[in-house]
Formats: sequence, structure tokens, C-alpha cells
Amino acid sequence: MSGPLAQGTPGEPVIPDFGEGSDCVVENRLFCADWVRDNWAGVLQPALLQHVKLTVIAVAVGFVIALAAALLTHRFRLLERPFGTFSAVVYTIPSLALFQLLVPVTGLTVTTVEIALVGYTLLILYRNILEGLRGVPVDVLEAARGMGFTTRQTLWRIELPLAVPAIMAGLRVAVVSTIALATVAALVVPQGLGYPIFLALREAFKTEILVAGALAVGLALVADGLLVLAERVLTPWSRTRRTT
Amino acid sequence: MSGAAAEIVFDRATKRYPGRAEPAVRELTLTVPAGEICCLVGPSGAGKTTAMKMVNRLIDITEGDITIGGTSVRSLDVTALRRGIGYVIQQVGLFPHMSVADNVATVPRLLGRSRSETSSRVDELLDLVDLPAVDYRGRFPAQLSGGERQRVGLARALAANPPVMLMDEPFGALDPITRARLQQELLRIQNELHKTVLFVTHDIDEAILIGDRIAILREGGVLAQYDTPEALLARPADDFVARFLGADRGLKLLALRRLDELQLKSLDELQLESPDEATGPRAESSTTLRDALSLMITARSRSLVVVDRDGEALGVVTLDALAGLAS
Repeated sequence: MSGPLAQGTPGEPVIPDFGEGSDCVVENRLFCADWVRDNWAGVLQPALLQHVKLTVIAVAVGFVIALAAALLTHRFRLLERPFGTFSAVVYTIPSLALFQLLVPVTGLTVTTVEIALVGYTLLILYRNILEGLRGVPVDVLEAARGMGFTTRQTLWRIELPLAVPAIMAGLRVAVVSTIALATVAALVVPQGLGYPIFLALREAFKTEILVAGALAVGLALVADGLLVLAERVLTPWSRTRRTT
Repeated sequence: MSGAAAEIVFDRATKRYPGRAEPAVRELTLTVPAGEICCLVGPSGAGKTTAMKMVNRLIDITEGDITIGGTSVRSLDVTALRRGIGYVIQQVGLFPHMSVADNVATVPRLLGRSRSETSSRVDELLDLVDLPAVDYRGRFPAQLSGGERQRVGLARALAANPPVMLMDEPFGALDPITRARLQQELLRIQNELHKTVLFVTHDIDEAILIGDRIAILREGGVLAQYDTPEALLARPADDFVARFLGADRGLKLLALRRLDELQLKSLDELQLESPDEATGPRAESSTTLRDALSLMITARSRSLVVVDRDGEALGVVTLDALAGLAS
């Protein structure tokens, strides 16, 4: 199976075909609850799950790469320019153009989509992780050194834990923007919430556009909320204010 | 390297920075006897912090040597050396993401001490610095006042029971009242623990109060004088030291002594029949000579009656006697 990018014939007039649905569907009203009920299991839920999977993989891979790059940069300052420039350049490429560049190499596959999505997370995650590591107060670092922490112990026990708020802030932006961007994946593969939107766009079918779009927005909100919650659990110290 | 205090010896310790003609610390030679507090004082640029940081090798010695308990700091593994030395800095440097208990437990954990031993040690230390463990163990640094933070900093530095403590202007950022309280706490703790302490300060009054000995450094990291506070105030080696001690060094010297240390003139000697005839203000024998002098001046009197706790006259001290002492 291939996405709309492969099958669509440009310029062909869009002929609405709403099939054998209810009056609501046939009349293409703004929202048809019965269509949603009938198509939840077959269309919407699979698309939602694919969307989650596309996002999770992209952010996870992007995080691992960005973390490695940030740790290297933290150790070797000289790397900041090449890594920073690379991630910034990738970030500026329009997604459509990036897909066009990748399709000849990796084909109309999920890999193509993930490479692009990962690319877009790099700048935000790399910058935030690095900023977090560099934001550790100098007195804290001096105390650690003076008490006999090795460089590695300082990194794992002091610098990374203290970078968590900045890292989580980066993850929130990365996740939300990846959820939004992953709808474009439907250009390459028939996956994610973008696919029903694309199909519905061809037919101007309002309910499907509305529901799939709302699911993407809802997913972003839920994911952001979960990350806020995770940050609270991970950094009990950052919420505390002086009580005395 | 833990437990009993150890002597610190600077042996022509020198620090040169590449590209600078003058050394930051020049051939510093001094011995801090085990269990004593040595204050390093001097104007900025005199290398007092540099001298201190050469001990735990946060700054490497260029020439000469420093030994702790006879062992050269250069011969030890640097992390082992640092874990064996208590380190307190002005900004405290508590780990903001760790509770008070975890902060204090830092070095025992680095040293691989057992959980139960560390936990009871933490409670003991929090009590020592007057922060009840029940209330404070679970707090985060952001929930503490400046004074409380430095108490935790002190407890953290003492956690592994190091023989040597380095303190870099530990009370410099505190308000005067909190600073005075912590100075007294430090003296009380030192009375119990008898650590060898190198204490950097730019405040000569703090040095006089805290130090068993004071090393005054001048610009260029040269030792100007190293002596007890009394000896420094009574006999400054040169103009620089005298200026650094201040024009009121006579008063500072008087502040170090109390009326009960003096040979008082008895009432007979003054040919008085009853203590009531003795003129001048009255002061308890625990009063410092400085305060006694102040009392005489404000009362426009050339003498002062020393009394015991019950107000019974013990004798008389005269302005001339005090003037003779301060010189």
C-alpha cells in the first residue's frame, strides 16, 4: 500500500463519494457521531495508535542521538558548532522537501518518515539538553569537585539530574511538534492520523477531517500533560519553595 | 585518612600561572599544628584562596610541597585526597536536587560506607550543627535559609570525619547576625572535634575571633606574618601588617582579654575603707578589657570596679593599667 503522494493524479477533480452512509454522512454535515462510531475500530483507532508509534519512535531515537551529541559537546566544546549547525540546518528544511529528498533513498517507507521526524527533534532536544548541562551552578560543580567526585560521577549524579527540567522542557516541545508533524507522514505511508485526514480532504468529508484533527490535538495535549506529570515526579526538588 | 586531626605543612609551596611573571603564591612556608584553626587573611590578590586550594589540589602546586600528616598531597590519588578533606565554600554549593540528608551523606556514599552507618551519621551531624534531623532530613536546599544552608554545608564537610577541613569564606555571604551565630557554632564544634582547619577570610575580626593562628598574606602571595592573634596585634611585623590589622588593633587586643585575667589593684592598695568608696563604673570580671575601657570612657572615669557575679567588689582596674597592656 502506498500513500496519497503515490496515487494522486494532479488536477483530477475531486468527486465526493460518501457511500452508503446515514443521512448525516450523505449530506456531509459538520459532525456525524454515527460515522465515528462505525469507523472507530476500523479507521480512527488504528490511525491513532500508528500516530503514537510514529511519535514515540521519532522522539526516542531523536533523544538518544541528541543526548549523545550534547554529552560529547559538553565534554568537547569544539563540537558545538558542527552539531549545532547540522541540527539547525535539518530543522529549516521544509518537511515536504525533506520527504522528496529521502524517498529516492529509503523509499515510501516508515523509515523515511522516521528519519525526517527524528531530524526535526534534534535541534530542540540538543539545545535543551546542552543548556541544561551548562545551567548547573558553578558553586555546585566546585563543591562536587572539592568533595572528590570524578568527572563521570559529576555528570551522572549532579549535572544530568539538574538538567532534567531543561530536558523535559525540550521533550515537551519535541513531542508536541512531532505529533503535529507526523500527520504529514501520510504523504509517504498510509499511517497515522494524517492518513484519514488526507483521504477526507479529497472528498471534503467534514466529520473525518474534524475527528482526526481533534484526535491529533487531543493526543498532543495528553502527551504534554503526561510529560508535565513525569517532570513533577522526576524533580520533586524544583517545585519546592522556601517555607521558612 | 580520617579521624584524628593531622598537621598541615606548607613547604615553599608556590603557584605560578603560565604567562604571568609573578607567582600567585610565593614560597609559602607555614605549619598548621594538628587540631588548630589557621586563618588565611589578606587583601584580594594575595593568593589566600589559591593557597587553600593547593591543599586539596583544586589548584596544582607548581613548586614546593604541602603535606598532611606527613604525606605529600602530590603523592595521593586526587579523588581520594579530596574525599579525605572537608570542603566548605562561601556559596555552599549544596546539591539542589538532593534532600538535606542526601547532601550530608555525599562523601560517606562516595567512600562506600554502609547505608545504616551513613544514615545514623547524618542524624548525628545535623544535630551537631543544630538542625534537628527530624525536621530537616527531608528538606531540599531551596527550602532553607542562608544560615541553614551553610550549616548543612558544614555538616556535609564533616560527614566522613576528615582530619582536615578547608573553609573558603564560609560565612562571607551571611548577614551579620547569622554570621556571628555561625562563628560561635564553629568554635563550639571545633571544641568537640579538634579538626585542623584552614579558614580563608578577608575579615580580620573574624580571623581574630576564629583563628588559633593567623597567616597574613600580601599582594603577590607572600606571607607577611604568621602568628597567634595576640602576638600579631601586639607586635605586627611591619607597616603592612599593622595597617591590615587596623588602627584599632590596640582595642582588638583588649577585646581578646578579660578582666579576670588581670592582676587587679586591691582595695587596700588604694587605701579605701569600703568598696563603696571606689569610684567609677562597675563591671563583672568576665567583661572584656575593650568593653571595660568603653565603660570608663562613657563614665568619664579613670578607674573601674571589678565585681563578681553577686556584685561583690573584687578590685579596681585603672585606665593607665589598660593603656600599658595594649602597647
